[in-house]
Amino acid sequence: MKNLGQDEMAKYPFLADAGQYLKDQGFTLEQFGSDPDLKLFVDKAIHRIRSAAKGIPYKSDIMDNEIRDDATLPKEVFSFLLAVILLKLTGINTLIRRFSLAEARRAEEYLQKDLKKMSDEDKDELAIKIIYDLSSITVKKTDKNEDKFFIPVSDYLVHSVHFHEKEWKLINRHVEKGNVFLTSHQVARLVRSELSSFISKKIFSVNTPSMIIGFQKPVEELASFAKIFSVPTMVSTEYPPCIKHAIEVLEKGENLSHSGRFLLGTYLMGVGKPIDQIAPLFKNAPDYNEKITMYQLNHLKGSSGSGTKYKCPSCERVKSKDLCFATSDCDGIINPIQFKKKRV
Amino acid sequence: MLEQDLQLVETAFKKYYFDHFDLLPIPERALEREFGYQKFNGGMNRHISIKSNEELRLMLITNIPSDVYCSNGYYSFPNLPMSEKDWKEADLIFDIDAKDLNLDCRQEHTCIKCLACGKISSLQLTCTSCKSTKIEIKSLTCKNCISRAKQEVFKLREILEEDLAIKKENIQIYFSGNEGFHIHVTNSLYQQLGSRERNELVDYIMFRGVMPETFGMKKYKPERSSFVNIDDKGWRGRASKHIFGSKSKRSKAITEIISEPDGYTIFQNKLENLKDVIGVKIDPNVTIDIHRIFRLPGSLNSKSGMSKILCENLEKINPFSDACFIDDEKTDILANCPIEFTLKNEKFGPYNNEKVTLPKYAAIYLICKGLGNIT
Repeated sequence: MKNLGQDEMAKYPFLADAGQYLKDQGFTLEQFGSDPDLKLFVDKAIHRIRSAAKGIPYKSDIMDNEIRDDATLPKEVFSFLLAVILLKLTGINTLIRRFSLAEARRAEEYLQKDLKKMSDEDKDELAIKIIYDLSSITVKKTDKNEDKFFIPVSDYLVHSVHFHEKEWKLINRHVEKGNVFLTSHQVARLVRSELSSFISKKIFSVNTPSMIIGFQKPVEELASFAKIFSVPTMVSTEYPPCIKHAIEVLEKGENLSHSGRFLLGTYLMGVGKPIDQIAPLFKNAPDYNEKITMYQLNHLKGSSGSGTKYKCPSCERVKSKDLCFATSDCDGIINPIQFKKKRV
Repeated sequence: MLEQDLQLVETAFKKYYFDHFDLLPIPERALEREFGYQKFNGGMNRHISIKSNEELRLMLITNIPSDVYCSNGYYSFPNLPMSEKDWKEADLIFDIDAKDLNLDCRQEHTCIKCLACGKISSLQLTCTSCKSTKIEIKSLTCKNCISRAKQEVFKLREILEEDLAIKKENIQIYFSGNEGFHIHVTNSLYQQLGSRERNELVDYIMFRGVMPETFGMKKYKPERSSFVNIDDKGWRGRASKHIFGSKSKRSKAITEIISEPDGYTIFQNKLENLKDVIGVKIDPNVTIDIHRIFRLPGSLNSKSGMSKILCENLEKINPFSDACFIDDEKTDILANCPIEFTLKNEKFGPYNNEKVTLPKYAAIYLICKGLGNIT
């Protein structure tokens, strides 16, 4: 991305090359570690990481979508780039993931604002370019002077399938002539995960020595801070209702559909049951054949055929096959496998 | 299939592939596709590469397959195992089958065959003779089934062309050779989509997972101004027409719905019920599959002995005569088919386990359906 203005650099600091930018500004990383005058940038970087990890919005110095004064730009860009360096040195995935997501959400807000203020003729708007570079989505504005944009259906599907909210289903969108119509807010939201993965890739790929003088202490502090994010889980010995139903159908000697058998087989394998304990469940099926059952289970496991190891289908897929019998215990899970191990 | 039946059917199939090879043009980009076939009483042979019409002809004549398939997917190495094929893209494919349409007429032309004792009887859950639950459902398609399946194809075509902007020339419609239609979409913007994305397209086409808010009905404080218009494009307009009836009735209908205390739920139920009326009844498993080997156009369907044929004029096509290519040589058969059927404008049956002499296409039809065999 070339020729970024000051506003853009502050709003989208991840577009800058960390090492090069600092060099261009006449600084080395060691200076940030040792010079007391530069300590405020390191502190701001740590604050940025901590806010992100806790899910607290980072308070930027940008006002009304523009930088407030000359001091704002370095603070915004340096603190971001130093955060990238600190995270790389810390190497803790939880912090990196949370920071990337928080920064993506921050950038998303600016993308939305930039799209909204875009005029009909402004086809080269930076927001449009960023979205294209990150996600290969070509966003166009409708002719009418309103907050309405459109993208090709195929591009929309590639990005929206990762959302679980019903409003993102294609059926709940305005679709016309191969395009999906969206507001600036929705367009920006659509690329959040691309923004986030771009930022995390940036962190993983940045070149740093194993430690920088003066960074040792903040890195240790961040590592200790990250410990609060370990998640307690509870393990249930119960099967989810969809699996219970599938087993009941088979126990009654009734026919369980192909999808139902696939669900049962992949689920039980997914929770670690060996094939010789799964196969007897199918004994009551009207068309039971031991040899075929063993072959099919081995196929699911990836021991035969293409070697593909099949995974338990998502709750959404289970629902679409009329095999879902969800109860309140299923709240918050998106795959039957998660039923056994739920966060508390 | 019994030995003497097999001989008759294989000879007829071989003759078809010999006489009507012109009906099986090798698909475009055949070099990148995987072919497969099944033999009568045999398993599936997959991961086959066929490069030319000559190779296809040789495969058909030497193997006399019961069914022939070709992938919707394109690969760098179509003949290698699935994990090594290197998938590039796949045509969008749709299967519309009369058996999935819940038609009332099905009762009249469906029977059961007991897998334990072989008894054929009218549609029920258990065998009338030995009470076994291991039964096979046998259905013979009727004109109504085909006509209703055609309506689904028209609905699908409208969505493909108008909502998804797929060009008419890239949509090919085929009679499946048995109970419905196969629709192939080639060279579209959707070629690269994976299974999950195709699943979303399926939900869109089937009108599944729709929210009242999409049509302007809010859960709290619904407003008249937020409702979509009847002449809006896509599902918004299409569904609104069904919900409100007409432009003149729209205003009154909205007033009624927003003044109801449980208007949101009522609207939601209306949409749910509408799914079965306006949603296109495609087989989701077919469309989401990007590695499927799908029946090859022009090949015979072993469930009926009829061909998968291109429908240039869907309205006019009559598969019971247009897709029936087996000759009419007189053939003796023991027919056990309690249902009347029509082929090449001639009515046959019902037959109560009786010896009859039929044209070969009708005899093959009954054998393929498992409702007759050579005496």
